[in-house]
Amino acid sequence: MSQSDNSTVAHHFEHAHQQFSAAKLGMWLFIVQEILFFSALFVAYAVYRGLHPEMFIDAHHHLSWKMGGTNTLVLIISSFTMAMSIRAAQLNQRMASFWYLFTTLLCACMFMVIKFFEYAEKIHHGYLPSFWFSGEGVYETMHIFFGIYFTMTGLHGLHVLVGMGLIIWLMIETYKGRYNSEYFTPVEMVGLYWHLVDLIWIFLFPLLYLIG
Amino acid sequence: MSSGTNYINATKGIKSWIFTVDHKRIGIMYLAFVLLAFFLGGMFAILLRLELLTPSALYLTAKQYNQAFTLHGAIMVFLFIVPSIPASLGNFFLPIQLGAIDVAFPKLNLASLWIYVIGAVFCFYSIIGGSVDTGWTFYTPYSSSTDTSVIPMIMGVFILGFSSILTGINFIVTVHKMRAPGLSWFKMPLFIWTLYSTAIIQVLATPVLAITVLLLMLERTIGIGIFDPALGGDPVLFQHFFWFYSHPAVYIMILPAMGVISEVVATFCKKKLFGYELMAYSSMAIAFISFLVWGHHLYVSGQSPYATMLFSLLTFLVGIPSGIKVFNWIATMYTGSIDLKSPFLYFLSFIFLFTIGGFTGVVLGSLSLDIHLHDTYFVVAHFHYVMMGGTVMAFLAGLHYWWPKMFGKMYSEVAARIAFIFVFVGFNMVFFIQFIMGSKGMPRRYYNYLPEFQPYHVVSTIGSWILAVGFFIILGYFIHSLMKGKQAPPNPWGSSAMEWKIASPPTTFNFDENLPYIDHGPYDYPKGNS
Repeated sequence: MSQSDNSTVAHHFEHAHQQFSAAKLGMWLFIVQEILFFSALFVAYAVYRGLHPEMFIDAHHHLSWKMGGTNTLVLIISSFTMAMSIRAAQLNQRMASFWYLFTTLLCACMFMVIKFFEYAEKIHHGYLPSFWFSGEGVYETMHIFFGIYFTMTGLHGLHVLVGMGLIIWLMIETYKGRYNSEYFTPVEMVGLYWHLVDLIWIFLFPLLYLIG
Repeated sequence: MSSGTNYINATKGIKSWIFTVDHKRIGIMYLAFVLLAFFLGGMFAILLRLELLTPSALYLTAKQYNQAFTLHGAIMVFLFIVPSIPASLGNFFLPIQLGAIDVAFPKLNLASLWIYVIGAVFCFYSIIGGSVDTGWTFYTPYSSSTDTSVIPMIMGVFILGFSSILTGINFIVTVHKMRAPGLSWFKMPLFIWTLYSTAIIQVLATPVLAITVLLLMLERTIGIGIFDPALGGDPVLFQHFFWFYSHPAVYIMILPAMGVISEVVATFCKKKLFGYELMAYSSMAIAFISFLVWGHHLYVSGQSPYATMLFSLLTFLVGIPSGIKVFNWIATMYTGSIDLKSPFLYFLSFIFLFTIGGFTGVVLGSLSLDIHLHDTYFVVAHFHYVMMGGTVMAFLAGLHYWWPKMFGKMYSEVAARIAFIFVFVGFNMVFFIQFIMGSKGMPRRYYNYLPEFQPYHVVSTIGSWILAVGFFIILGYFIHSLMKGKQAPPNPWGSSAMEWKIASPPTTFNFDENLPYIDHGPYDYPKGNS
């Protein structure tokens, strides 16, 4: 591992281990900033739930817990296959890693498709942020719930899309045989990111769909 | 050594700069961009001061005046002062002081430079496309209803935020993973300690600003309804979100300045820095407390009185680590062999002005006084004493201190001293008088004012011209030094710091052969070592 002529070690690092641990620390810091990025949305949720508890209870009945629940399951499975793909890369099992990544991508697609149908239904009934809100409801502040709902799930959906792009890139590189037990940093880093995306959904699901 | 190849002449052509991953070249390009932003923000300041020469309209309309002070604030905060020291001097010297070849992620470093430029383009687009008039704080509900170009400007701020976050991540990882053999945490120079604590704030606070301006964008475009009272939202929530970033951001601005000052005082006193460990800890303490004081911007916004009392108490706590630093810098001078060169003059003016800025901050932190002084020129004077008297003076100290290392050229010391006098006198004329008129009730951001305030405003405006002359002299002798300056020796100040042991300007990989082994503290002078 020392002062090697290994082409995967950049010039400014002394050895592969330093490069790997630097990448990992960097990724964790990125995850921390992602959590803080979402934090304001969770605060906004808490504030408005505290101000209008009845409205939130009424509004959440318009969300389909079945679709949300299915999506939760899909994302948890995708996190598992992602972890397995890293494991396969570490064990030099190139094609296994490739197919695990493929399954992860499939789950991500499924998540987005379900999300699309959910959004379509909300849009159809006019449950939208205030400028376009035309839904029926007892409370006149209901558009705030849907403003928060669309912002939180929309930003989460964007993160899923970015993750899908990264997974496609990993699949191409894995197919080319770029990763092995000596060098699998990108697979592990995208894996960390993917678990974060999963984790954020795991908080969004009960907060928006379940709490009554 | 001096005539050989170095990082400037190693490769040629514009592409070798645009696509460089060398932290030194990236630092130099950042330096050019932040100085450009400083010039632009400064121009708006001169225009504003000129308009305020008379109590009634002089040459700007009320709306243009609002736009000018918004642009002055937004440019100075987001394009100049936040990236100023960390991205330019920090990028250049952090790896060298750590004994490393580069930062941990050189490509990410280049990316954050160009993300900064893209963000700047959005801000400039906002200037030509019907400039914002909300003030740099973008308070709702005005910012969600005004017809000026709020969205390009906050889009710019959003993008600049990412540049700042990426630099922060890069610096934290570099400090953790790239230290030279033997360089333990408490052998690191204080400049690194302050960049490290700054980077932590950048990573933890900037994403909150990003989401806040994103929510403001959504409030304007789809009406999510959380900030706009007409839709059932709460504008004070925006203020909480905004200051959760923007108060820690004040420490993003001042902490690196404190680091520069620590380097300068040790070098020009030829003495070990007094209380080194405490200085390191106090930097981290400032970073920590900075997250707990945002509510002191909301004393009169309808925040609960209990929260207000707590925020006031926490605000006073910041005074402790800051006070420790000031005492330690002064104690370092005691029995030192003081060399009154221009960087040291800027050090002295930093101590003087920062202390005034700090003490008036304690005044504003006290509840009853703040009710009287809130939104007056007293506040304007206070934060200019900290931001300009603190950060800009330290930036100038650092620029004069490291200039020979960065460009391998000496500048005229006589011209530097003359410019210093203009800057120091001009600055105090502009802002000291504002403490007085503020305490007499002159409100900030007003276009017209009562005639009895005019004498104060005249002094302040004349001061702004003197200050501008000072900056143009500095620009003049720096350009002259680049063209015709004397070749700088590797260590013109006789410093013991790491960066002065290598060539001026450094070679592309900083250290010619192997990485250095660092087995002693950063301020290794005969005096002050106990």
